[in-house]
Amino acid sequence: MDAIQFVQQEMLTKGNFPDFKAGDNVVVNYKITEGDKTRIQAFRGDVIQISGHGLGKTFTVRKMSNGVGVERIFPMSSPNIDSIELTKRGKVRRARLFYLRALVGKKARIKELKTN
Amino acid sequence: MTSVFDAAGNSVGVTVIELGPNVVTQVKSVDTDGYDSLQFGFGEKREKSTTKPAMGHFAKAGTTPKLKLKEFRGFDAASKGLGESVNITDVFSEGETVNAVGTTKGKGFQGVVKRHGFGGVGQSTHGQHNRLRAPGSVGASSYPSKVMKGMRMAGRDGGGQVTTKNLKIVKIFAEQNLLLVKGSIPGHKGAIVIIEKTSKL
Repeated sequence: MDAIQFVQQEMLTKGNFPDFKAGDNVVVNYKITEGDKTRIQAFRGDVIQISGHGLGKTFTVRKMSNGVGVERIFPMSSPNIDSIELTKRGKVRRARLFYLRALVGKKARIKELKTN
Repeated sequence: MTSVFDAAGNSVGVTVIELGPNVVTQVKSVDTDGYDSLQFGFGEKREKSTTKPAMGHFAKAGTTPKLKLKEFRGFDAASKGLGESVNITDVFSEGETVNAVGTTKGKGFQGVVKRHGFGGVGQSTHGQHNRLRAPGSVGASSYPSKVMKGMRMAGRDGGGQVTTKNLKIVKIFAEQNLLLVKGSIPGHKGAIVIIEKTSKL
């Protein structure tokens, strides 16, 4: 096998995360190191894109914070992600939800996916 | 190159180097050659494209024809016999620093900005017309009435030997003979490089 492919496969850490898609509402518990202390910070928002594959796979979470849109990109295989909780499944028709950036208030909501 | 995460969760850009198997093809000693060293062979080569004298050399070591031969001093010559191979972990360990010696990518005929790191004019207006990346003056006038030797000018760039020093070893895959160092090394993908220990001051 290609040496670089081998390294990427070997270094890939499969976190025990729920299977989520764009449009889902998630809470990312991210480890933050300040000096010699480590704490966990939660970031809750909608997943607006999942991009890349292998070691470079990332997902973008968007939330509204005090009326300002905040987006954060997390590497899927980052050892700093403590856990991911899936809170809501969203009903969306595309894989990248950049149209949300132009919307505010009630229009920026994602309908919840009803599954029985 | 690729990137991996370190223990602290930082993404580190690394170069993956295939280091071996390196087979001993000749043992030189003070008695026979006047100095101690080991000659290693790396990479496979077709028998058809190997000359008969070279085939004899490889047959003596009991190996298949090798692509590249390189002599290294500093090994305990008695420790390795002909045909034996050296593992990465015999020489290097994780966290150490190494140097990489290789031939850089050829860049062709380049101007002074790329080739020597000149700053260029730094302005695109105030009468600069087409002199943005020009070298400027190459010397004084009636004295010395010549351009000094070694004046840095445009010309063929790249394709020379370069040593990248103090590369940190991020990880070693001993079984696959793979070495991961932080940062880039000279040469194109698949180029042959020499990895040596960083000399201590």
